[in-house]
Amino acid sequence: MILWAVIALVGMGALAWVFRFAGQSVTGNAPKFRDMPYGVAFGYVLGAAVLLWLVWAYTQGRSSDQAIANKFFFLRIAIEGFIIFAVAAWLFRILGRSLGTAWSKKMFRSMPLTASFGILTIIIYAIFAIFAGAIAPYGQEQIIPGVAANIVPGGDPALGGNPEFYFGTDQIGRDILSRLIYGAQNTVGIAFATTLLAFFIGGTLGFLAATLGGWLDQILSRLVDVLMAIPSLIFALLLMTIASVWAPQLGIPLTVFMVIIIAVIDSTRVYRLARAVGQNIVVMDYIEAAKLRGEGLGYLVFKEILPNATAPLLAEFGLRFCFVFLTIAALSFLGVGIQPPLADWGTMVRDLGGFVNYAQFAPLAATAPLLAAGAIALLTVAVNFVVDWMLHKSSGLKE
Amino acid sequence: MGNVLKIILQRLALGLLTLLIVSMVIFVAVNLLPGDFAQSILGQGATPEAVASIRTDLGLDRPPVTRYFQWLGGVLQGDLGTSFAQANFASFTGTDSGATTVAQQIAPRFANTMFLAMVTAAIAVPFSIILGILAALYRNTVFDRATNIFTLSSISSPEFFLAYILILFLAVLTPIFPSLSNIYEGMAFSERLEKSMLPALTLTLVVTAHMMRMTRAAIINLLASPYIEMARLKGLSPMRVIVKHALPNALAPIINVIALNLAYLITGVVVVEVVFVYPGIGQLFVDSVKIRDIPVVQACCLIFATAFILLNLTADIMSILSNPRLRHPK
Repeated sequence: MILWAVIALVGMGALAWVFRFAGQSVTGNAPKFRDMPYGVAFGYVLGAAVLLWLVWAYTQGRSSDQAIANKFFFLRIAIEGFIIFAVAAWLFRILGRSLGTAWSKKMFRSMPLTASFGILTIIIYAIFAIFAGAIAPYGQEQIIPGVAANIVPGGDPALGGNPEFYFGTDQIGRDILSRLIYGAQNTVGIAFATTLLAFFIGGTLGFLAATLGGWLDQILSRLVDVLMAIPSLIFALLLMTIASVWAPQLGIPLTVFMVIIIAVIDSTRVYRLARAVGQNIVVMDYIEAAKLRGEGLGYLVFKEILPNATAPLLAEFGLRFCFVFLTIAALSFLGVGIQPPLADWGTMVRDLGGFVNYAQFAPLAATAPLLAAGAIALLTVAVNFVVDWMLHKSSGLKE
Repeated sequence: MGNVLKIILQRLALGLLTLLIVSMVIFVAVNLLPGDFAQSILGQGATPEAVASIRTDLGLDRPPVTRYFQWLGGVLQGDLGTSFAQANFASFTGTDSGATTVAQQIAPRFANTMFLAMVTAAIAVPFSIILGILAALYRNTVFDRATNIFTLSSISSPEFFLAYILILFLAVLTPIFPSLSNIYEGMAFSERLEKSMLPALTLTLVVTAHMMRMTRAAIINLLASPYIEMARLKGLSPMRVIVKHALPNALAPIINVIALNLAYLITGVVVVEVVFVYPGIGQLFVDSVKIRDIPVVQACCLIFATAFILLNLTADIMSILSNPRLRHPK
């Protein structure tokens, strides 16, 4: 194993030298090849080797020998998925460049592929989340009678699938496809509501602290300092323990407690930003003028400060949403988040996670937990791509 | 130098104060529970007499302020209380397993978690700094973009997704590392390292992005300065310019980010330990949360918070120390 790695490295090292030498002699010592450091040449060869290996692995994944095809099944799916997403993002960008208003056309023209992929993904998720009830073939809690647990996706009876349930059925006979679609509604919806609540609490308090200053500012800021000194997931777990005792006594679902707990923990981060942005706005002349006009506090916060603070808060909203979404997914995965029977991706990963270990013999069976985990990852990656692009654009970084 | 010492002492005092307040927050949060510990130990069918006797036993009949100081005093002496689950178990079987106090339960697991964190740091820190330097050196090339997309995707994926992907490719399809980290005492170092490799790699993927991006940004930020121009005009190779001239001046923000990410590791470790069944403190924490073993939850929370605050403090002090303007005041 190690011997092979060494042989491959030495071989590539020699190839890199040959590559540079060949480039120099063929192009008649063009500057690109003449000044190329050895490391760069090695990098080119390494990149080419990886690409070649991927192509080889892809053909292996399509091999007629089932054992070999199984081994490369996931790589094949990953490569196909990558290409499909890239093409979809590219087509979407072309569509965006030719349709819509002048403003949106201009936006799409300067957009990198990653960002258009992000926007496309977010739109698809939003559609699934809003119309989950209409799209899903079965109910999220519906246990289909007379159906054995069968997590093989694809619906191909020859491979052991059930054509009626495209992604199979889980341990107690619920349709996995429907639960994935409802998961979009529950997981994303709850995360969105939590983020909104966090922004409402953090934003309001932050602006109030910036406008009023004095002891209110001091008390709130020190309180936020203390809350931020405890790692958020740990603090959330501690509070969820306590909430899980309270919830049955008060008759309130645990999920409601979770929303409030995460919103409060995350509002501390929003508070910091809102206060900083607010303090920059409060010293402006138009605020002074509004104060002299005798406007009340509510008018100052909502009519003067808020409209001028939307841009930084929006970018923060995207990032916060990712954090909240991942925290909720982690809590659900640990078994203390969104409670059954609500369909939720984190819980699905936990319930089906063990099937990953059968991947070598039954790759289809291992896809079920990866689908749910992948659904979470895809959305956060998409949001991060969009936020990254927005930040890059607004910071004017050109280098 | 006196100036720096004063600032550092101030930060230390502030850190201690924060820790004290955090311990209060944890104590108050736990004491918000309806009913009390005695009731939870004995369960629903307990007679009032039994509850009362346990209350006196655990000191729950005293006022909260007294209890807080007793708890705090105990913590300072290394006594974190008695685990409900262990206490129950011992009284039920009549045997004393020897590990009934929280401290005894936590100590070996804490060592395991520290081991995992150190392995992760040993992989992640050099990896991300080298990646960051290379990305800065070949900025705006295919390599730079690919690294950017890769790290951004890995930081935004949930930890368990990365963990399952690694299990799938490195443990199931090509069995290089074991997918379960069943670590026990007295294990050989190499075997221990092999078993904790997958969790360490997962955590590496989680923390690399931030460190790598900071390294890249800090170096690129410096590349416009006159002394870099000078070094370039002298005819130094781009690699040498970056490693010898840019990197030392970019170290302050990089060290800061490394310390912050090590602090982040502490949160990430919980999920990763659960996926790989790694016997660390994170898993103990989650298990205790599920069975509502309050003393253990309280103790774990305090340990996590302490580590978090200490690492943040280190980040603070390091960035002060690496700033020559503060070290050599005029």
